[in-house]
Order: sequence, then structure tokens, then C-alpha cells
Amino acid sequence: MTAHGLTCREFIDFIMAWLDGELDSETRRCFAEHLELCPDCVDYLESYRRTVELGKAAWDAPGDAPVPEEVPERLVQAVLAARRRMR
Amino acid sequence: MAARIASAGGGGFADEAALVAALRAGREDAYEQLVRSYAGRLLAVARRLLGEGEDAHDAVQEAFLSAFRSIDGFQGNARLSTWLHRIVVNAALMRLRTRRRKPEEPIDALLPGFLPDGHREERRPWQPGAALERREQRQLVRAAIDRLPDSYRTVLLLRDIEELDTAEVAEMLGVSPAVVKTRLHRARQALREILAPLVREGAATP
Repeated sequence: MTAHGLTCREFIDFIMAWLDGELDSETRRCFAEHLELCPDCVDYLESYRRTVELGKAAWDAPGDAPVPEEVPERLVQAVLAARRRMR
Repeated sequence: MAARIASAGGGGFADEAALVAALRAGREDAYEQLVRSYAGRLLAVARRLLGEGEDAHDAVQEAFLSAFRSIDGFQGNARLSTWLHRIVVNAALMRLRTRRRKPEEPIDALLPGFLPDGHREERRPWQPGAALERREQRQLVRAAIDRLPDSYRTVLLLRDIEELDTAEVAEMLGVSPAVVKTRLHRARQALREILAPLVREGAATP
């Protein structure tokens, strides 16, 4: 698809800059026009956004494995012992 | 991320400023308070970058020692949590650089392919999460991120998960901001490609 100057490949190249508000006005206009005419790229953009959300959500679950709220005592003692050796 | 390690604080000290003053004075109770308040959260950051092994523990220990040494340089207008976050990220990055690298898949194999006319080669419906429990989904995403080549995985973690800005990440990695942006965009695209088939098949948990 080459809707109004942008191929799908170019559209995908610009996605991050578009999400970050970093496209110049002319490219932003071409991006928006492509988005109106190309359902595949609408899907791709949505899946890209969803990927970023999934990444952000992958670690912030209370009680879900690798976020230790309790402090490992072994680690605390190791740090304090190393601190005493610093003096 | 800074936001996730922001709540630890004074303990026996009136506030963060009092804790910092006691650290500067070399008080042992202040060191212990700092470690007890932040070790768990710093360990979470180190584990995201280094995995579950001893390397993450070592990076946290190095981070605290580095913090103790440089507490005089801590700017009072910054948050202690933000300052410690950057220190542990740097300690973890140092460890990443020195340890033996695992063989990497080239990122190109994980990027979308295009036909000569600019269309994507493969256009499949993409509905991650549809058939997965949230916990299972998180494990799946973490495993997918772990499959990214190190140089891309690191940028994705630092930008999207640890929420450092492009300039900070560029400085930490010794590359230009443009390189950080390119790697982040490719890492996200590759992550999307990795997640697509795994999720579509439903219960695949690597």
C-alpha cells in the first residue's frame, strides 16, 4: 500500500516517532492519511501499542514472582559486611 | 523503575534529608536503614536486567557500595530512590558487559518482512492475551523479552520498563540517542513478532 506517499514499511518505521510526537507536520499528515486508508497498518499500530503495554505490565504484579517486596536478609548482611570492610 | 522504588524512606529517620545527613555522617544505623529500605526494590531492577542468579545480588551489593562512596555527591533536589535506581542500573550494565554473552538471534529475523511493493509479507490477526491468564501472560512476555538480542533487550528494559529517558539510556550505554531510538523501535517490533505466534496458539509457555 502506498497511500498518500507512505508505504506500509515507511509507516511502520515512523510509528515510534509518531507515538512520541516527534514527526514533522508533513510526515504526520502522510501518516494520518495512510492510517485512514490501510486497515493492516491500523492493526499493526494497535498491536505495537499493545506490545509496549504488555512489556510495561510484565513486572508490576503484586505477588507475581520476581518483585521481591521482602528484603532478602542474606543480601542485607552481605552489603553491610562489605560496607564495614570499606572503612 | 524510579516510580516503583519511590516509597521507601526514612524508617527511624524523620525524612529522607535526615537519612542522607546521617549517611554523610557515616552512621551505621543509616547505612542499615538505607539497605533495608531499598534492597528488595533494587534487586528487582537488577533481576530484570541480569536474571535470577547471583549476578543480580552482586550488582545490588556493588550499587550500595557505590552509593555509600558517593553519598557526598548526592544532590538534595533529587530523590534518593531515583538516584539509587540509576546506580543499580549502571552496576547491572557493568555486569552485563563483563559476563559471557549468550549466542544471540539476529534481530533482523525477528522484524516484520516486506514485499517489494511495501506491503507486509504476513498479515495475521494479533490478539495477545485473549486466551491467557494475566499471570501466565506476564511470564510469557518476560520470556519473550529475554529472547531479544542483549543490545535490544537492554534498551527495551531501560526505556519501557525502567522508564529512563532516551538521553539517559544513551549516556549509560555509550551510544547516540538516535541509536537508542532505533534499537527501541526494533526491539518493540521484534517483541511483537515473538509474542504473536505464542499467544495465538493459546497456552504456549516457553
